[in-house]
Amino acid sequence: MTWALVFEQLLNGLQYGVMLFLMAAGLTLVFGIMNLVNLAHGSLYMVGAYLAYAATQWTGSYLAGVALGLAATLLVGMLVEVVALRKLYERDHLDQVLATFGLILFFNELVAIVWGRAALYTSLPTWLQGHITLFTGSRYPGYRMVVLGVGLLVALLLWYVVARTRLGMLIRAGASNRTMVGALGVNIKLLYTVVFGFGAALAGLAGLMAGPIYAVQPGMGELILIQVFVVIVIGGIGSIRGALVGAIIVGVVDTLGRAFLRPLLATLISPPAAESAGPALASILIYLLMAVVLAVKPAGIFASRN
Amino acid sequence: MLEVKGLTKNFGALRACDGIDFDVGEGETLAIIGPNGAGKTTLISQLAGNLLPDAGAIRFAGEDITRLSAQKRSRKGLARSFQITSIFPEFTALENVALAVQARAGHSFRFWAAAREDVSLTQPARKILEEAGLHDRTDMPASRLSHGEHRQLEVAMALATQPRLLLLDEPMAGMGTEESERMIALLASLKGRLTIILVEHDMDAVFRLADRISVLVYGRIIATDTPEKIKLNEEVRKAYLGEEA
Amino acid sequence: MRKNLVLWAVAVAVLVLLPPLVIAIKQPYYIDLIRRVMIFAIAAISLNLILGYGGLVSFGHAAYLGIGSYAVGILAFYGLPGGWLQFAVAIGASALVALAIGAVSIRTSGIYFIMITLAFTQMLYYLGISVAEFGGDDGMRLKARSQFPPLDLGDPVQFYYLVLVLMLFTVFLVDRIVNSRFGMVLQATKSNDARSRAIGFSPYPYRLIAFVISGAMCGLAGALYANHTSYITPNLMSWLQSGEFMFMVILGGMGTAAGPVLGAFALLLVEELLKGWTEYWQVVLGPLLVLSVIFFRRGLAGIFDKSDA
Repeated sequence: MTWALVFEQLLNGLQYGVMLFLMAAGLTLVFGIMNLVNLAHGSLYMVGAYLAYAATQWTGSYLAGVALGLAATLLVGMLVEVVALRKLYERDHLDQVLATFGLILFFNELVAIVWGRAALYTSLPTWLQGHITLFTGSRYPGYRMVVLGVGLLVALLLWYVVARTRLGMLIRAGASNRTMVGALGVNIKLLYTVVFGFGAALAGLAGLMAGPIYAVQPGMGELILIQVFVVIVIGGIGSIRGALVGAIIVGVVDTLGRAFLRPLLATLISPPAAESAGPALASILIYLLMAVVLAVKPAGIFASRN
Repeated sequence: MLEVKGLTKNFGALRACDGIDFDVGEGETLAIIGPNGAGKTTLISQLAGNLLPDAGAIRFAGEDITRLSAQKRSRKGLARSFQITSIFPEFTALENVALAVQARAGHSFRFWAAAREDVSLTQPARKILEEAGLHDRTDMPASRLSHGEHRQLEVAMALATQPRLLLLDEPMAGMGTEESERMIALLASLKGRLTIILVEHDMDAVFRLADRISVLVYGRIIATDTPEKIKLNEEVRKAYLGEEA
Repeated sequence: MRKNLVLWAVAVAVLVLLPPLVIAIKQPYYIDLIRRVMIFAIAAISLNLILGYGGLVSFGHAAYLGIGSYAVGILAFYGLPGGWLQFAVAIGASALVALAIGAVSIRTSGIYFIMITLAFTQMLYYLGISVAEFGGDDGMRLKARSQFPPLDLGDPVQFYYLVLVLMLFTVFLVDRIVNSRFGMVLQATKSNDARSRAIGFSPYPYRLIAFVISGAMCGLAGALYANHTSYITPNLMSWLQSGEFMFMVILGGMGTAAGPVLGAFALLLVEELLKGWTEYWQVVLGPLLVLSVIFFRRGLAGIFDKSDA
């Protein structure tokens, strides 16, 4: 366990964290503006991964695949909003949870019908396959750095929108109050569709970036979604800043835990015990963290709602 | 019975309650009036325990209750009615009041006997409903009651908890003349038996029921006096009627 | 529930007569099918207590199904097939876990509560996968059925009647609980939280106790399920399973005695039907669920309930 290794895992944790952030930001935006709980957010992540894969296969170009995949996910998001979600805005959260649960089942099977149930692996173009050398001397996959970079860029963009634009003002005012938003002369239906599409695009971006690193398969969305929930609980719902902080914390804790908990435990207890306890504990580490945060601050660290 | 000293509550830059002082004697009916936005609801929320003050103290029957939760205050004898009707809509009027009776009857960790058939709960509830003028509405789901009946139910529920102090937040809100008369009669019947703090806009009711009136303007109490003296008070007239008195 | 006594009697009669009927027409598969539905109905009934009557949207209820099942499986693995012990551990362990999860989660509300219960269940799922000794992700076979002499749970028909009796018992038990003083407070806190506090109730202890009772009952369903499938996997604790339970409760009609039973029958029988058509049945079920949420607001029990509430 060297410092270089720790640093490398830290970077992995940050990279995973920014992906969680993209998901959490989309989910929290939709909840903050439209008061909609969308369980199918994970499905949009999955759809993004599949569409980018398909588009890359079709066009033969990675960048074209990414661009098309992203645009297509945006469209899918807006379509879902218009067809299925519009009737849910006035309903309570329970109904929204159930309806979007139905959407999850639908999307998981749909991708299985089109692409089969086996995991797909997206390949990277040669210019992204390289490694860079870190200041610690070890080599690190260039692609993961790109992911980290893109995520941070989006975070910056979101900060700008939220802090400096009129749309951001609506978000910060917790504008789930339609009357108030309408009084500002905004077309509600269009706003909601656009916001949802934007959230879908964020999820899709996370999904397509995840493709080359993790497997693309039906159900991939739900695995990450639950961790996104942990992020939101820790960071506080309705807060983009909270989503970023929460995502970094969860990403880093989870990654470092998986990498180092077993060896760490092995120095304290017998190696065979650490062999089984280590991974088990690592897999539940973030949930324990969530429980601790809840015990101390039931509304999350940066809660922006009462 | 109730002593309030220096009660202050800020919402960001807005000072909703600015160092409010007043007290209410046992058996007295104090009315709190003031123009809209004066901070009346914020004040009631702090007295009832729904909002924590930023500064100041509240003493109830000699005990400091400033930081006590709403449910604990209720159990100590401080009951409130809500300005916007807040009842249990799926339950009948009788069940609503019976629940309030049940809340006072010790713990409710009984899992077997049917509560709706429990005479120790329904009998007192019926009596209170009768007192509140709702005896012919006992089995009606509360959601189907008229607005005036809702307000009566609110008061009935507050009464059912056997309070020593009743905090009434605009009980007449939205009532027609006949309904208001009934409510005034009900409240009049409670005078002296209970200590009452009445927040109201309906001046007729206020002048008929109050022993004293406090006037709240922009978060401060500008005057507390008997009804006749308040009517003649210069500052009060300015606050209500503008510069022209 | 009293109002519909006739309907209940008919339903019970049908269920009682089912085994001899299907045996006569040589389709014993239906005994297994309906038994499975009834076991899940018990889980739905337990969820209805906290969700339908208490307003606690617990998305992690499948956890207790898993705990109950694993309790039976693990004890059988270690050579302890005694039914009374197994079931007691199943119920007790579920109650304890519900207490732990509830104690932390019930302080939150709304969307937080949904997410938190989901996250904790996922945590248990991961624990289940990582414990390789009990099969990890592949699960484990049940070594021997729970023993309740003189009953033989290996006999499909005896087991069926046991489940039927237990299902009716849980319906009755929940009905008594929700109409007791305790149940009144629970319902009041769902109906109007602020009002219930204003009259002096502290919602937390009532909700927590309801949560524990609910978890314990679902643990019972889990113990029964282990005997039913003889194969126990962590997938029992997946949130897809939790979602199905929620659907049963809501589709059936929240806060009614018949609701969870109707919901379990409706959902699982529709699934059976769809599974018969296509391997990809979820692609049809998903939109059906969405439509049912949008259009079926009061649930199926609302159709049978002639009074307006």
